[in-house]
Amino acid sequence: MTEQGTNLDPWYDSYAERTAGLSASEVRALFAVASRPEVVSLAGGMPFVSALPPELLSGSIDRVLSSNAAMALQYGSGQGTPAIREHIMQVMAMEGIRGSADDVVVTTGSQQALDLVTRLFVDPGDVVLAESPSYVGALGVFKAYQADVQHVAMDDDGLVPEALRETIARVRSRGGRIKFLYTIPNFHNPAGLTLTWARRVEILEICRSEGILVLEDNPYGLLSFDQPAPHAMRSIDDEGVIYLGSFSKTLAPGFRVGWALAPHAIREKLILANESATLAPNSFGQFVITEYLDQADWRGQIDTFRDLYRLRRDAMLSALGEYLPSLSWTKPDGGFFVWLSLPDELDSKAMLPRAVKELVAYTPGTAFFADGGGRQNIRLSFCYPTPESIRTGVARLATVVNGELDLLRTFSGAGLERRSSARQSVSTPPSNTV
Amino acid sequence: MNSSTLRTVTVLAGGISHERDVSLRSGRRVLDSLHANGLTAELRDPDASLLGHLAESRPDVVWPALHGASGEDGALRGLLEALDVPYVGSTASAARLAWDKPTAKELVRRAGVRTPRSITLSHDAFRELGAASVLAALTEEHPVPLVVKPARGGSAQGVTVVDDAGALPRAMVDAYTYCDDVLVEQKIVGTEVAVGVIDTGDGPLALPAVEIVPRHGVYGFEARYNAGETTFYTPARLDADATQAAARAAVVAHETLGLRHLSRVDLIVDAAGTAWFLEVNVLPGLTETSLVPMALDAAGYELGMVYAALAEKAVRDHAAE
Repeated sequence: MTEQGTNLDPWYDSYAERTAGLSASEVRALFAVASRPEVVSLAGGMPFVSALPPELLSGSIDRVLSSNAAMALQYGSGQGTPAIREHIMQVMAMEGIRGSADDVVVTTGSQQALDLVTRLFVDPGDVVLAESPSYVGALGVFKAYQADVQHVAMDDDGLVPEALRETIARVRSRGGRIKFLYTIPNFHNPAGLTLTWARRVEILEICRSEGILVLEDNPYGLLSFDQPAPHAMRSIDDEGVIYLGSFSKTLAPGFRVGWALAPHAIREKLILANESATLAPNSFGQFVITEYLDQADWRGQIDTFRDLYRLRRDAMLSALGEYLPSLSWTKPDGGFFVWLSLPDELDSKAMLPRAVKELVAYTPGTAFFADGGGRQNIRLSFCYPTPESIRTGVARLATVVNGELDLLRTFSGAGLERRSSARQSVSTPPSNTV
Repeated sequence: MNSSTLRTVTVLAGGISHERDVSLRSGRRVLDSLHANGLTAELRDPDASLLGHLAESRPDVVWPALHGASGEDGALRGLLEALDVPYVGSTASAARLAWDKPTAKELVRRAGVRTPRSITLSHDAFRELGAASVLAALTEEHPVPLVVKPARGGSAQGVTVVDDAGALPRAMVDAYTYCDDVLVEQKIVGTEVAVGVIDTGDGPLALPAVEIVPRHGVYGFEARYNAGETTFYTPARLDADATQAAARAAVVAHETLGLRHLSRVDLIVDAAGTAWFLEVNVLPGLTETSLVPMALDAAGYELGMVYAALAEKAVRDHAAE
């Protein structure tokens, strides 16, 4: 070995600045145990695809291979097939959206649409407005493009319009360039909240008057439990909103098929960016989904998912009431997530090793903030574990919380310093936990 | 070309410890090296079917690559002994001694190797006696800088270097989150080195010391498992006497604790050339960024051959028992 030593990565100094934070972390490593059967994982946002009867898809796959294999196995259009785009219009019509299939761009999951939109609009240092908290996968994309994410407060009715006005004014007063507002209006990830209709109208009006584009991410909108979500923001404004949709939650994420519906000028650039990134979205997946939407009772399947997730939501809310009655949490009317608030002295990220010992996994709130917030929050997912497992998991979580409170009480009179909430890098959990 | 007499090796990796991710990385690297050396090896993540599987399949040897908890605390090794299955690494009783850092420190100290002054405290001690008074007594006797670490565990999880006494309570809390007993030891300033010890049949041999220089701060989890975050010098930039002192300390620790086949001893070598024992790993990391593979490479060994030789030694030791 030389006197210079080795750092095991000869390219260490060659990486782009935007890769800062792309590293193994202690927290990320702890998520490895979430896959063990002994562990109740309340961390992952994985749809329960086992509730999808295989025969619903096997016929579609057979028909694609027998009648359309040459096209389905070939490169396709960078915009997606015309047939699936027509079907996507029908899906979006369920949430009040009218428009043209020509303005739909099919992508590799809506995650890629998020990446493409950010690539089109964000230069390093540009400001992206996002709810507080916001989707960890979006924060990872914004960070990769070196955006300055400014969080905007939410309450039980979703994003707070007045907070949006104040944030816009504050950012602009210091010369910041706001590129878009990223929002998840329905059954928010991670907060579980839904933006009211009146606020949708008000927020669109604010953005229109301030010249700010809205990026509406709606993967959960059709998974309502007790009453349908209000119509999409895109149903009100077809010029100022880019709408992102996905088959990941209403069918299966393994297809990696999502889409963007964009004003036509933006759509043109999205198609070119899509071709640049992947040449074309997954052809085979698009053909199979098209067959499925043609032939299967896909609306009935969505109802099946809704019933299943409603039961799991109920199990989680009931277990929280029983085991952690002194804490507070959101009560989602759809989607996958509950947002739990801890006592001030607790730190959800620091508590994770204790949770691993107790065989329960969750996602610390810090994953959903770009500014170091979220230490007093936990995202709990109810989509994947059975109701019985959810009860077990919440009971274990109560043991974790009580154990950590006991520990902190022990040191409370000994000058225990509060943890710094200084700005930090986004600690991205593995993809199966988003 | 496989010149080994071994037919099958079962590598165990994963488990449910805090170090599951690191264990899986180590296990896959061991598996690849054994395959490259022509051996038939399988990787298994221990679960309820494991013991039945081993009893039925009777592999020639088991390679536990389970960092943390049952893999290093002697539990799994005890079960392998009960099943009469040969395995690579230290016996259950030796692993138990090494796994508990305060115990290992005391035994190695009695064997004449320097180790930083320390105190081990349970959460119960703080609860009963009051944190403020315990911390006051602690810092009176053990002034900063200190290193606070869980008494059992690896990969630097829960470890904090405390340079300011005000940060001590937080460091204690972070360590107790991993383990109910915490070791607080004097921080020794010097060159941080790790010395691998292998024994393939000719007695314990100290590998070249690997000097560790983290790019930012301490050699914590991120510095360990992200290539590029730490600069390594192999052999360490020590003079001949200090090099010899580190090697001797490592072998003494290995022998004193009754370890076998493979271990890694973590040391600080101070300015006077004294090697201070910090801890020993009966199941050192064998990932792409781990120190023992680096030392083997620097010493001119081919990993697959060494791993196969260790597996064969395990079989011979088992036959001799």
